[in-house]
Amino acid sequence: MNGPAQIMFSPRRVAAMVLRYWYLLRSSWARLTELIYWPTVQMLMWGFLQTYLASQTSLYARAGGVLVGAVMLWDILFRGQLGFSISFLEEMYARNLGNLMISPLRASEFVLALMIMSIIRLAIGMVPVTLLAIWFFGFNLWGLGFALAAFFANLMLTGWAVGIFVSGLVLRNGLGAETFAWSIMFLFLPLACVYYPVAVLPGWLQAFAWALPPTYVFEGMRALLTDQTFRADLMIQALGLNAVWFAAATLAFLALLASARRNGSLMQTGE
Amino acid sequence: MDALSEPAVRADRLTKVYKTATAVDGISFALPRGGITGLLGGNGAGKTTTIAMLMGLVTPTSGTVRVLGSDMPRERYKVLHRMNFESPYVEMPMRLTIRQNLKVFGMLYGVDNLSERIAEIAAQLDLADLLDRPTGKLSAGQKTRVSLAKALINAPDLLLLDEPTASLDPDTADWIRTHLERYRDTRGTTMLIASHNMAEVERLCERVIFMKQGRIEDDDTPERLLQRYGRDTLEEVFLDVARGRERRAAAQ
Repeated sequence: MNGPAQIMFSPRRVAAMVLRYWYLLRSSWARLTELIYWPTVQMLMWGFLQTYLASQTSLYARAGGVLVGAVMLWDILFRGQLGFSISFLEEMYARNLGNLMISPLRASEFVLALMIMSIIRLAIGMVPVTLLAIWFFGFNLWGLGFALAAFFANLMLTGWAVGIFVSGLVLRNGLGAETFAWSIMFLFLPLACVYYPVAVLPGWLQAFAWALPPTYVFEGMRALLTDQTFRADLMIQALGLNAVWFAAATLAFLALLASARRNGSLMQTGE
Repeated sequence: MDALSEPAVRADRLTKVYKTATAVDGISFALPRGGITGLLGGNGAGKTTTIAMLMGLVTPTSGTVRVLGSDMPRERYKVLHRMNFESPYVEMPMRLTIRQNLKVFGMLYGVDNLSERIAEIAAQLDLADLLDRPTGKLSAGQKTRVSLAKALINAPDLLLLDEPTASLDPDTADWIRTHLERYRDTRGTTMLIASHNMAEVERLCERVIFMKQGRIEDDDTPERLLQRYGRDTLEEVFLDVARGRERRAAAQ
């Protein structure tokens, strides 16, 4: 029984954690409803706003779906991070982290399970919303094809990097740091230029914006919807930046975990 | 010394300092394989920090601790699958059923034939009829048995228990102690129990380590401790140690 537990990376341990979160999710209608509720509300609000603007301005009449597309891509970014962080926080709420930390589960396996869960949670929330967007506003996100895959991959990578960093903060500082899990991504909302082009920002702020991988995705989406041009260069730059962000977040997480072991934070995972 | 002939646990001048507070102050002890040892001491004596260092949850400030032949926490992944821990203060996920919880932890610990193992352990701990009930809807005694089932799922060579019968009624507590005795006798598992229940310690433990202010104050069999302190119960010995009273026998 003990042999496989020693190996460096165990898919079975990853599956165990995914199963643990799946059991939790399916046992709670409130958790499932929450996954769909906000993305639907957001999509409807911005969709109707776009419908109104399209009747008033030539820009929105020409580039149908820019606002609805932006809000759905934003939800992929936000919900990707939140799906990662909430699964992690569930362990804190359940006071189960101690059981996990003394088990053979490795940090890399834990993180991979959280990534898989963020995709599952996102799929549960976003697939119905994309179908509703077709029905209500005639905007088909799936019609973006390969571009959607590139957008999705880049946004998820950023969401995970932020999720990993926030999980490290919570491990080190307890649930007092929980607020970052809910709020940190909103810093991206103005800086990553979700609803407007980077050119709108003052020059000095544009440098910050271009340091954020999602900025490239939202610029790429606008280029696709207004000029019908897929900007592969933007996606490659976003991917490069994401690699840097992901590596930095992983190093920060490992440093915070080591600090938590030194400070005894893993013994007291409350406030 | 090869790993198999080493004691189950060997702590050498183990120290933990949190900022300016010394929680564990240079303790050394060894636990031979098999047998049950009690780790006693008042609140803040350093028991929990000691156990946390044995499990690799806390990094020692100085000193070393070897568990089942491996350095903790550096080599923890070599041995974590051979040890386990139970405490009423570390809960199991409440919304998951007992079966789901045991399945998750069985997979984490790399248990083969998991369905059979869950059935076996559920039968041993009288949980078979409750397996599909959410853990949060169980009584305190049932939750303790579930935590124990999780702690035994991997048939550990080293079992660390933190007040395993806290807040249980006498009947359930006796049932748990009987099970631990039987488990020790059949598996030869090494157990370290932190407890404030002196009757439990007298019944289960062949050896007692008393801690006070981060140091080991005394370390012997219950019988010899009673003799040395001139007391009839371990509770009286505990009070002597906690309150710093001199050993009666020595004073006389």
